[in-house]
Amino acid sequence: METTSGRWRSGDPGARLVGHGPVADSPAFEVLDVSKRFGARWAVARLTYSLPAGQSLLLTGHNGSGKTTLLRMLSTATFPTLGSMRIFGRDTREHRDALRTEVGLLSHASFLYEDLTAEQNLALLARLMGLPNAGPAVTSMLERVGLVERTDSPVRQFSAGMRKRLAIARLLLKAPKLALLDEPFGELDPAGITQMETLIRELQTRGTTIVLATHLVEQGQALTQARLHLENGRVVSA
Amino acid sequence: MTPGLFSTVVTVIHKDLLIEWRTRARINALVFFALATLLVFSFALGPDTVLLRKNAAGYLWLGILFASVLSLSESMRIETENLALDGLRLAPTSPRAIFLGKAIGNTVMLWVLALVVTPVAAALFDLSVKEGVASLFGMLFLGCAAISAPGTLYAAIAANARARDVLLPLLLFPVLIPGLLASVKGTALILEGDPMHQVGSWVGLLAAFNVLYWSLGFALFPRVIEDD
Repeated sequence: METTSGRWRSGDPGARLVGHGPVADSPAFEVLDVSKRFGARWAVARLTYSLPAGQSLLLTGHNGSGKTTLLRMLSTATFPTLGSMRIFGRDTREHRDALRTEVGLLSHASFLYEDLTAEQNLALLARLMGLPNAGPAVTSMLERVGLVERTDSPVRQFSAGMRKRLAIARLLLKAPKLALLDEPFGELDPAGITQMETLIRELQTRGTTIVLATHLVEQGQALTQARLHLENGRVVSA
Repeated sequence: MTPGLFSTVVTVIHKDLLIEWRTRARINALVFFALATLLVFSFALGPDTVLLRKNAAGYLWLGILFASVLSLSESMRIETENLALDGLRLAPTSPRAIFLGKAIGNTVMLWVLALVVTPVAAALFDLSVKEGVASLFGMLFLGCAAISAPGTLYAAIAANARARDVLLPLLLFPVLIPGLLASVKGTALILEGDPMHQVGSWVGLLAAFNVLYWSLGFALFPRVIEDD
């Protein structure tokens, strides 16, 4: 395998572009010579990158370029085959459980139970997170994503866009320090896309570090300060 | 603050039973499948009531066992749909709590099935309970727990396989033989009478089987669902 260019190594000023939102000294994540293999195929190959806390990163690349795999590794859903990852200074393997409380993933899959209602799906997450008296918070999240009218409807009856909105509410309820958004605009109507942009800006104002993977490059660039372009699991530009 | 193991287990059980209550699809299918199995045995062996009564415990447990494959598979299907299991793991939820929650939920489902099917089996095979209904309920519960613990573990292993519906019974049935044997023998003694007080040894074997597989599931489930 070829090593990606040292320009993207931890501490590279190119990865520390200053934009709006608070900037902390410690990196939100450090990816150190990370590779991930599925069978014979390397989905991510020798990636090294660092993003300061409070910054937002746009992740671009064609289908199969490794964006989703990178996001899943950052979320601790899966782990690198080679190399190491640190999130807020802690190794993802060693501190998996603690990091999962601080990282939120908006995935292609919604993580929702089809036969539970919108409210029950959020209440389940709240109970698993140990949130006391989560009822008002759940209602508030459903209001924010425009689903309060469908509180008691089972997810099975939702359209793709509504599922995406509920998945966003799930992410917001978690209030992560690092939000990983995989195609957040997918399946949303124009109003939903505008609402999603507003929610991302709100997260940024709160100091949440955001990694945003999307094919809508212009929209993504308007929301982020740094960009990483992947091809065949390798960084081709930043 | 992240809740403890017990609280998380209760949440997972509540989630599984709530999903079942909202649809009631699984329990309905299980009951009809188990009843159909009992009827098939009944028709296949003809009107020999002595033979039917003698082997009734075996037919009852085979009906529960075959239905359990559907139940265990469905229990894991709801977790793979929309990658809900990933959502649980990243919530975060302890994989051991997920195992206990799902295995207890599966035990409850199978026990309810057994409680519905047993009276029908009693009518079909002309059975009476000689050693008390409470003993029978206890034996049914232990037997269902013995299917659920390894069943939950193997259902998780098979969940992402292409031929999962075939793989699950292939993995599960061989390891269940000691538990199934103890369940059938113990149930037969409770139904037909136990003048030699043998049922205790079968209950002991079933309890040991349960301890072994619930411990194995608790220890190994994180390796099955986590990508380390």
